[in-house]
Amino acid sequence: MNDFLHSIGLQALSLQGFGPLLAQGAWMTLKLALLSLALSLSLGLIGACAKCSPLRVLRVPATLYTTLIRSVPDLVLILLIFYTLQLWLNDFTEMLGWNYIEIDPFMAGVITLGFIYGAYFTENFRGAILSVPAGQLEAAKAYGLNRTQRFRLVLFPQLMRFALPGLGNNWLVLLKSTALVSIIGLADLVKAAQNAGKTTNNTLYFLILAALVYLVITTLSNRLFKRLERRYNTGIKGLAS
Amino acid sequence: MTLSAHALSSHNEQLPEPFPMARHASIANTAAVKLTVEDLHKHYGDHQVLKGVSLQARKGDVISLIGASGSGKSTMLRCINFLEQPDAGAITLDGQTIEMRQGRAGVRAPHPAQLQNLRTRLAMVFQHFNLWSHMTVLENICLAPRRVLGVSAQDAEARARAYLDKVGLPSRAADQYPAFLSGGQQQRVAIARALAMEPEIILFDEPTSALDPELVGEVLKVIQTLAEEGRTMLMVTHEMGFARKVSSQVLFLHQGRVEEQGSAAILDHPQSERLQQFLSNRLK
Amino acid sequence: MIELLEQYGLAYLYSDGAGFSGLAMTLWLFIITTVLGFFLSLPLALARVSRRLWLRWPVEFYTYVFRGTPLYIQLLICYTGLYGLEVVRDNALLDSFFRNALNCTLLAFVLNTCAYTVEIFAGAIRNIPHGEIEAAQAYGLYGWRLNLFVVLPAALRRALPAYSNELILMLHATSLAFTATIADILKVARDANAATFLTFQAFGVAALLYMLLSFALVGLFRLAERRWMRFLVPVRG
Repeated sequence: MNDFLHSIGLQALSLQGFGPLLAQGAWMTLKLALLSLALSLSLGLIGACAKCSPLRVLRVPATLYTTLIRSVPDLVLILLIFYTLQLWLNDFTEMLGWNYIEIDPFMAGVITLGFIYGAYFTENFRGAILSVPAGQLEAAKAYGLNRTQRFRLVLFPQLMRFALPGLGNNWLVLLKSTALVSIIGLADLVKAAQNAGKTTNNTLYFLILAALVYLVITTLSNRLFKRLERRYNTGIKGLAS
Repeated sequence: MTLSAHALSSHNEQLPEPFPMARHASIANTAAVKLTVEDLHKHYGDHQVLKGVSLQARKGDVISLIGASGSGKSTMLRCINFLEQPDAGAITLDGQTIEMRQGRAGVRAPHPAQLQNLRTRLAMVFQHFNLWSHMTVLENICLAPRRVLGVSAQDAEARARAYLDKVGLPSRAADQYPAFLSGGQQQRVAIARALAMEPEIILFDEPTSALDPELVGEVLKVIQTLAEEGRTMLMVTHEMGFARKVSSQVLFLHQGRVEEQGSAAILDHPQSERLQQFLSNRLK
Repeated sequence: MIELLEQYGLAYLYSDGAGFSGLAMTLWLFIITTVLGFFLSLPLALARVSRRLWLRWPVEFYTYVFRGTPLYIQLLICYTGLYGLEVVRDNALLDSFFRNALNCTLLAFVLNTCAYTVEIFAGAIRNIPHGEIEAAQAYGLYGWRLNLFVVLPAALRRALPAYSNELILMLHATSLAFTATIADILKVARDANAATFLTFQAFGVAALLYMLLSFALVGLFRLAERRWMRFLVPVRG
């Protein structure tokens, strides 16, 4: 029991000089998560509109995108996209006789995660669009609002209501899957914790620390989304000007 | 407030053809024809909902479309402002027929600019109100005048308040969300929303069918006031007593065809067996 | 591509010569995890909705922690973290358990899926119409009988769509096992990639296998929903 306290409790309660490294890792994780979120939200909105379109040329690729991406593990896709992108780029630069270009792992991570979670957000937004009562858009049509106005003034504010619970959930899944980018060599929070753990021979402590950072972010996100949901559901405050 | 309800109604009294005349003149008066609907066809899959229906509305006409559910009366109304695309037929407003074109997906679609023009001149009141639930009453009424007609924010609000007053809602209702109002109040807001477009024709799609019986009266009263002002209206309704009271024309639809048509008197003296049957079922 | 399949086809499916690998390993991980997670989650879900604080609170804390942190960190803690403790290495039983990568992986997977499943089932239990439970009580069902014969069957059926979603996510999450040197589909793909440099093909085959598994799972759940959720579909007149 003394050993146990010794190894995780007493000796290790300091960061042993690894504070800055961990903070950098945490910041990298947060940046990655937020940028991927922005990308996947945009892809999700575009994808959902395409999936609800009457035009086959839009619907079919969007359906393929969501079906294929969502049926393959995110980790497999991360490895597939990350390594293949680099190889294709190599072939390309070689063909043109250019110098070797290494893809910035951070940007690759953002693009990969954004592309994967775009599929999940597409389904999220599509469900929300379908939940908006048809009469709401019909009235907008009957009163002569054009396509853009119907989307901006009626559809979007209403679909956000239905989309919010799913958005919160998908954001948490996205956030947690950022832990995977350490596998493709990004210096994120997990990587920092592993390095600190290896050097100090106290892996458990630093891993728990990393887990706590995630726990804080997920807890704060949960609070934020609960508040947003309450605001949109009661209909006490409107969204339009 | 720049507009008062009184000013609006006196404006309407100056219409060339006041309501009582329209009611009895059944000979076509081409000069005053406002809207013509010719030979509409519409099918869903194998089911032929409309098999060639027509009507003609003159300024000040109140036309009631009646019939059993599934007779096509709502579909006919919805085809008039192209919420449903008719398979064949023509809609003519003030002598201008809406041009039909091959749309992008290979479907027949109305000319976009003409459709836009038509929709700003025809306002619709829906069975389930279809008020935008994320906007206040005031925002609901102001949205289309501001964004579609380009009315200034101040004028739109003045209009909205005048029409709210006209449909008998207190001014404090303006900042409520629709969900907090009763069905009758919501439908009156929807009528105010239609009036705020200052439309040439108002389309009512079963405006009282979704209401609790005790709330029907307040909505019918508003519609009756509008009829007496000489507004041109097309109305799908199940309220036979009301149709008899306000209509200048009644169309009875049965299985996608106009089975009988005439003045409100046909409700008292139906000629066709179908209408007799329909009316006697209604009384039970 | 043909070369890749000739060399690694068997490994992708069931054996790399040293033991089970690829699809077989992934399926095995998935099934063990699911079965253990399911049975563990039933009592915990009942505890999660219990009126007794000392029963509810620990379960709430457990699901909060395991749902709020990434599975990858949980796996790392089980696989590398805990074995770093002297207490673990000095205890013969713990030592033999945590020395085995497969045990560590399964432990992390089971604890993780169980946390999500507990919340799904607890949510379903809360959504059972109160009258159904009242009726059961009126007919003399109490305690474990009430739970076993009325509460759980009613909740599990209602939970089916959410539970099927969780299982598909869990199937996908098994791909993390390769980081603990388990020879699952993704590990074979990585080895194949390292040996042949046919990156797209190597990972593509893995993606395809996971896709087939996912579709099969979705199909199974469709059937299950048709069979067990019929009672929720309103009868059309």
